[in-house]
Amino acid sequence: MTQFVVDDLTAQLEQFRGNNYAVLQALQTTQEMIGFVPDSALDVVAKVCNVSRAEVYGVFTFYSDFKNTAPAKCIVKVCVAEACQANGSRELVDELHNQGFDVHTAKQNGNVQMEQTFCLGNCALGPAALINGQPIARATAKKLIEKANEVAR
Amino acid sequence: MKVFVPADSSALSLGANEVANAFEGTDAQVIRTGSRGMFWLEPLVEVETPAGRVGYANVEPADIPALLDNKLTQKSIGLVTDYDWLKKQNRVTFARVGVIDPLSVADYEAHGGLVGLRKALALTSEQIVEEVTQSGLRGRGGAGFPAGIKWNTVLGAQADQKYICCNADEGDSGTFADRMLMEGDPLTLVEGMIIAGIAVGATKGLIYCRSEYPHAIDVLNKAIKNAYAAGVLGASVCGSHFAFDLEVRSGAGSYVCGEETAMLESLEGKRGMIRPKPPIPALSGLYGKPTVINNVMTLSAVPMILADGAAAYQGLGVERSRGTQVFQLAGNIAKGGIVETAFGITLGELVDGFGGGTNSGRPIKTVQVGGPLGAYLDKSAWDVPMAYESLAAAGGMLGHGGVVVFDDTVNMAKQARFAMEFCAEESCGKCTPCRIGSTRGVEVIDKIVAGEDQAENLLLLEDLCEVMTDGSLCAMGGLTPLPVRSALKLYPADFGIRS
Repeated sequence: MTQFVVDDLTAQLEQFRGNNYAVLQALQTTQEMIGFVPDSALDVVAKVCNVSRAEVYGVFTFYSDFKNTAPAKCIVKVCVAEACQANGSRELVDELHNQGFDVHTAKQNGNVQMEQTFCLGNCALGPAALINGQPIARATAKKLIEKANEVAR
Repeated sequence: MKVFVPADSSALSLGANEVANAFEGTDAQVIRTGSRGMFWLEPLVEVETPAGRVGYANVEPADIPALLDNKLTQKSIGLVTDYDWLKKQNRVTFARVGVIDPLSVADYEAHGGLVGLRKALALTSEQIVEEVTQSGLRGRGGAGFPAGIKWNTVLGAQADQKYICCNADEGDSGTFADRMLMEGDPLTLVEGMIIAGIAVGATKGLIYCRSEYPHAIDVLNKAIKNAYAAGVLGASVCGSHFAFDLEVRSGAGSYVCGEETAMLESLEGKRGMIRPKPPIPALSGLYGKPTVINNVMTLSAVPMILADGAAAYQGLGVERSRGTQVFQLAGNIAKGGIVETAFGITLGELVDGFGGGTNSGRPIKTVQVGGPLGAYLDKSAWDVPMAYESLAAAGGMLGHGGVVVFDDTVNMAKQARFAMEFCAEESCGKCTPCRIGSTRGVEVIDKIVAGEDQAENLLLLEDLCEVMTDGSLCAMGGLTPLPVRSALKLYPADFGIRS
């Protein structure tokens, strides 16, 4: 991070100054601002919240939402939990894998990143997905890839 | 002409926004609502008529001109309130979902909102707690603990600050009632939390909502802002001397944070690790202060209980399961959605009666009731009344009221393996049975399926399940064996077991 970004982030996190209960919120604010949590941001959060870097790192690694590298332009979350399995999400995941999208490793493919998630609360219209926050019902590999490419363009 | 178009996530996933946009430039006044919870009909557009609201199912943007000309008869389902599927239900908590504008305090009040709160303001703390106790309301998050007893503990605790924490970390697959209520009628939850605050002497509330629900978080924040502006929240609740502040916190992708003590850790900004109990959160909860932790459905039942009286709520249901349960029909089901009805309806009535069987048209093989930690059941459980005790007696668990249907193509060994995989993925790591047991569980199931030393490995799996059940700190590790054991018991052939 440049000094400029560090200063900007510190200003954004000012509301959490000295509040050691605000580590999670500070990390969420960081990710909202930068798009991910760069390694050096952990130091900023630690300093602002007055906790050790190790504590911040512990929180950062516990929650699956946090990313340590810049995310793709388009994030597709594919539900792999039971209700969607009942509607063919296992087959969907295999098909996406064949098309170059591995939801388990969430490896980037061009401007698109597909990742697994456990339940999006759209359990009667599965397989469910979210494309950059937009809910998708009855997902198929074709539908997801087409829409993702549209969004990523 | 007034038209109602749902903005619920499920409706959005079927193109409700595109439908709403198609009204632009017409004379129609579009009001965005929640969903009625009949997903196979979404996007379900409702048009106001002198007789009531007429529904049009599976509306597409191209249908709008015909709809405005009153010519879309082939998609009409008639008066929505007369629609049989809805008419057979008893919507108490969900009375306003899909009906009102979720962000409008005025609309909320016009449909019976704030009546419970105003009654509560005229009662003493003890009287409110007594009312909730008498109603028989039990925790809808899964554990079924009597709400009144919990509230009474917090009321009796001495502290300079107490908290109301709403658990909106609805992570169980096959459940979406919390999400739908937060998106469709968030002010009911707000009202329930304020009443809880007045009852136990808490002036601050937090809603912990999972990050997988971005629309729910957005609606909640807007509704709370409007509630402040209307004087429902803030230094003087509805002009009274009670203060109540409310804020929404987002989770960050962790299933175990739906466990109440892990949720508290997360609210305190830490890793979502389970806290051993005691002390119970009612005495030492958020920041070590006495805290009421209730699920969205529990708190949202409270306004109606206060408004209509404990007896009305207590009059519904069976045995020790009183009131209504918001069942969620999910998975491979023809008519999925929300069925709110008194406890005691049978599993078969829900799945075949309301659900109409599978969506694929194939025969049902199994249903999982109560989320990922609930048991798999087959048709022999069709006559079991859906209630806490009767379901437990049948080897199942009511949980959050989700019912996930699978057709005959499902392989139950894969489902059992997934239960262990999921536990390994989401375990907080605090206790050994859950942290290690789940990974070992995956390995042992793989060996059984591969036919490797089957008898010994079955014994090992049973032993492992026993250790996890009895030795885990919370329900995550403690209940993971439930789907595993039930799948194994009912469908041994899927595991390659030769009988």
